[in-house]
Amino acid sequence: MLTYLLQRLASLVLTLAAATIVIFVMIEMVPGDPAAFMMGMNADPEAVGALRDQLGLDQPAAVRYLDWVKGLVAGDFGVSYTYKVPVFELIADRIGISLPLTLYALVLSTLIAIPAGVFAASRRNGAADVSVMGVTQLGIAIPNFWFAMLLVFVFAITLRWFSAGGFPGWDAGFLPAMKALTLPAIALALPQASILARVMRSALIDTMGEDYVRTARAKGLTARQALWRHALRNALIPVLTIIGLQFSFLLAGAIIIENVFFLPGLGRLVFQAITQRDLIVVKSVVILLVFAVTVVTFLVDMAYAAVDPRLRRGG
Amino acid sequence: MSASLSLSAVSLSIQGQPILDHVDLELKKGEVLGLVGESGSGKSMTALAAMQLLPQGASLTGVIELDGQDLTDLDEAALCRLRGGAIGMIFQEPMTALNPLQTIGHQVAETIRIHRGVSRHQSARLAREVLNRVGLPEAHFALDRYPHDLSGGQRQRVVIAIAIACRPKVLIADEPTTALDVTTQAEILALLKHLVAEEQMGLLLITHDLAVVADMADRIAIMKDGRIVEAGETVALFDTMRHPYTRRLFEASRHVPRGERRRAEGEPLLEAEGIVRDYRLPRRAFWHPRRTHRAVDHVSFTLRRGENVGLVGESGCGKSTLARAVLGLESLQEGRITLLGSPFAGRDILPEPAARRDVQVVFQDPYGSFNPRHRVERLIAEPFHLLDRPPHGAVRRARIERALGEVGLAPADASKYIHEFSGGQRQRLAIARALIIEPALIILDEAVSALDVSIRAQILDLLADLSERLGVTYLFISHDLSVVRAITDRVMVMKDGSIVEEGETDEVFARPQHAYTQRLLAATPLIDDALARRRDRTLSR
Amino acid sequence: MDRTRDERRRWGAARTTRSFLVGGALTLTFLSAALLSLVWRPYDVTRLDVASRLLAPSADHWLGTDQYGRDLLAMVMVGARTSIAVALIAVGVGVLFGVPLGLSAAARRGGWLDEFIMRGNDLIFAFPALLLAIMITAVFGPGAVNAIIAIGIFNIPVFARLSRGGALSLWTRDFVLAARVAGKGPARISAEHILPNIMNLLIVQATIQFSLGILAEAGLSYIGLGAQPPLPSWGRMLAEAQTMISLAPHLALVPGLAIVLTVLGLNLMGDGLRDMLDPRLRRERRA
Repeated sequence: MLTYLLQRLASLVLTLAAATIVIFVMIEMVPGDPAAFMMGMNADPEAVGALRDQLGLDQPAAVRYLDWVKGLVAGDFGVSYTYKVPVFELIADRIGISLPLTLYALVLSTLIAIPAGVFAASRRNGAADVSVMGVTQLGIAIPNFWFAMLLVFVFAITLRWFSAGGFPGWDAGFLPAMKALTLPAIALALPQASILARVMRSALIDTMGEDYVRTARAKGLTARQALWRHALRNALIPVLTIIGLQFSFLLAGAIIIENVFFLPGLGRLVFQAITQRDLIVVKSVVILLVFAVTVVTFLVDMAYAAVDPRLRRGG
Repeated sequence: MSASLSLSAVSLSIQGQPILDHVDLELKKGEVLGLVGESGSGKSMTALAAMQLLPQGASLTGVIELDGQDLTDLDEAALCRLRGGAIGMIFQEPMTALNPLQTIGHQVAETIRIHRGVSRHQSARLAREVLNRVGLPEAHFALDRYPHDLSGGQRQRVVIAIAIACRPKVLIADEPTTALDVTTQAEILALLKHLVAEEQMGLLLITHDLAVVADMADRIAIMKDGRIVEAGETVALFDTMRHPYTRRLFEASRHVPRGERRRAEGEPLLEAEGIVRDYRLPRRAFWHPRRTHRAVDHVSFTLRRGENVGLVGESGCGKSTLARAVLGLESLQEGRITLLGSPFAGRDILPEPAARRDVQVVFQDPYGSFNPRHRVERLIAEPFHLLDRPPHGAVRRARIERALGEVGLAPADASKYIHEFSGGQRQRLAIARALIIEPALIILDEAVSALDVSIRAQILDLLADLSERLGVTYLFISHDLSVVRAITDRVMVMKDGSIVEEGETDEVFARPQHAYTQRLLAATPLIDDALARRRDRTLSR
Repeated sequence: MDRTRDERRRWGAARTTRSFLVGGALTLTFLSAALLSLVWRPYDVTRLDVASRLLAPSADHWLGTDQYGRDLLAMVMVGARTSIAVALIAVGVGVLFGVPLGLSAAARRGGWLDEFIMRGNDLIFAFPALLLAIMITAVFGPGAVNAIIAIGIFNIPVFARLSRGGALSLWTRDFVLAARVAGKGPARISAEHILPNIMNLLIVQATIQFSLGILAEAGLSYIGLGAQPPLPSWGRMLAEAQTMISLAPHLALVPGLAIVLTVLGLNLMGDGLRDMLDPRLRRERRA
């Protein structure tokens, strides 16, 4: 178990290290001088030079890379070129929207998909199965931002149950904040729930055909008991993989959905930063999201070990 | 004594396809009934019918009685109470029959809990007792062990424990030892025999292996195409063999191809000297050192031209790795192989194409041996790749037809795809592919192990005939001692990567020297011996 | 028993064919609309005509017009061209780079190339999918070509992983061993024995990636990082419709439905193909 944990942990660190290099190199390739950008069009070249110096832009790339990584590890993300405040503060403000939104959507998606998948698999080829499969087929095909627009049109503009966008802040109380995140979370969750439900269904159908389920039936378990006690836990292994991947999908999807609902999250921060060439912010947000994804991957790996004794062997 | 389980006029069809046709079977208390048939005969469906675990779309007529109660009348809830309670079942594949995510203790206890309604604690205690009874003592097989760290034989014991936990009146075992090695098979069969006697269960033993039933069963039923063609008391059935199919099956099972045993007098064809093959095991983690597994450990032998040599051993003994080394598919870590006097393979040296011409192969699986997307003419002509100037046009065509002719297939078969052939025909094609460039040595790696006995007999005849006519040498690798005995002149016995015994086949089988060979031979079921033992027992009674 | 399994398959075969036909018809519709737009469009999509803005569907404008007076049918047709071209080329990029990588990784299992490809896979999957695309378009500037690169990069590990997995299981098969006994090298075996036998997997995955590519292209152009004006794209049509949604909901409905129907069509076709190309099923059908 310890070996497995250490191995996954090492893989997490390596992936992160590689990701920092990729991000750094990509940002290096952006044309234009951030210092000139910050000072505006008609800036005094000397002042620009001074700023370059201050930002350390004249240092060799390797030095700047190491400085950046050292800063990341210490929690110092640098200072935003445009806002002139520490990037850390900028991000800390925004992540309070993006992360809860992603998790909200993940929980919704899982809560919808797993029962739907189990329901469909246990009534294979029946009317319930066919309709779940039909709905999910449609759900996969719907772009989440379009679905978000439809939700706004129906529930905010026509029915006026929700506001069409904006975020009251967590200071306004938990429920109002969650209410503001509900439509965005549904828009994000539905397409992912469709995928997950289909994976759940086919994984369960596969495991229902396994020999050990037949053994369970030969012991005297009913078909339903065999499904719940033996097939389901085995079927959860592929489902866990997809849930892990979905976190990444939802996190990126949140960037777009935030735009539809005018939520001041990381997505909007990153877009503004891109248009304003505030590359240090772009870099920081990207590495932060990559960090979140790798941590979730690590957690999924740990969940595998919790489910599957074969991974716990040795050490 | 009344019947524990009886099937009367049971017919079964699945989605309109007839599977069983008026099957009558009767299993008495404390008796072993052997149900014998080849693949597709419907014997497994008979077992599932008795368990009432038929697939969807099955329609069944007739009566299945367990202790006088007709199972076809019962509802699902009542059936669930019987399954695992009054009637237990054991399956063929122990590696997949257990839930990988649950402990063995849990899986045994579950049966007890659902049938007896006892507490968790109580059921764990009872599960412990059952596991002890099937030969898995607490010292090594604690309740909290998982299936993945048990061997195939040990897992089969757990499956048996699940089946007998509630002391059923009837136990159904569907090919319970087919996936196991011969020594493990002997242990499992002995355990079943012991349990039947101790618990006075009725055992329905389903198998393709006549030798196993001759040894185990009090009565035998022979099944073919969904029908029972003959049934009766074991010795009497073998004595009379009224139905021609029974006779065919019996003869095929103990078939020995005609042909003289040859003495190893030809020139040395292939010489292996101290060959070693290590496998790198996957690292547990990247900071762990790489470990290796020595699959072949300093093996030396000589194959002479014109002789047939057998290589026997149980799974994991290294015989297939040895075959791949001799085929030049895997590099050696030590030693060397010489072919017809010139170096063939050595340490980290793989053979040249020219040298490969003289060694060809036939694999076990008739279904996986051919690329499903090519026609037969392309498939069996593949070894032409080894020739400097592969034949073209009419010459190529003629050689393909000749190879097909040698193995008893028609020239027209050349333009067919592989899925149009049966398993036996595919194995003929595999032989044709090996023959087509006229090699000196053909390696037969479990080449008849996947075939039904009657097909197996035909292929053995074909091999014997070809070796006589073409003077080709075989290295015949098998786990099945009776097949090796039938076709080889000389035999080598392999265990844990080493050859522990070697000698003329008749000599080794008659007077095995090494303890392992003796154990192997003792574990191999033989029809004649089993019948003789039965006759003795009847006489002494 | 095999017989029962075959029966169940035959039962499912009718539904398989139906979903393939429906999916194929939908795909073909949008594909021909895209192709047709190359030679003929009902209206010019670059000309703004304020006089006929926000018209409801009519005989003149089958799907109505947008806030600049452009004909929606023409916009959807040209948008189909953009979406399909971007997604299709991105799939091509994935296949062209991914399949050879995956095949060579499998041929030298456990070697450095294999290790490198698998780690590279993990690395790309560590980036939230759209995020990398956003970064690429941010760095190199928005536009259709960069959208293709951004989406295509994600397709490479998908196809590499798929072909490696499929090839690995084939490398252990006896017919590959027989080819090695016949002296054939890894490249030749990969081309002759491995690739034809993973073709089914690749075709099915290609339709899936195609549909995902259409969704991704829509997402990118919705946030302004895809094809640039004046080239119409479904995603930007939606972005422009968003501000008008209470006034003219059909502006959002038309391109949205176009995306949904195309993706749905491709997915249905992929599902149908998967079952139809299943070799066990095929034997059934030939009999």
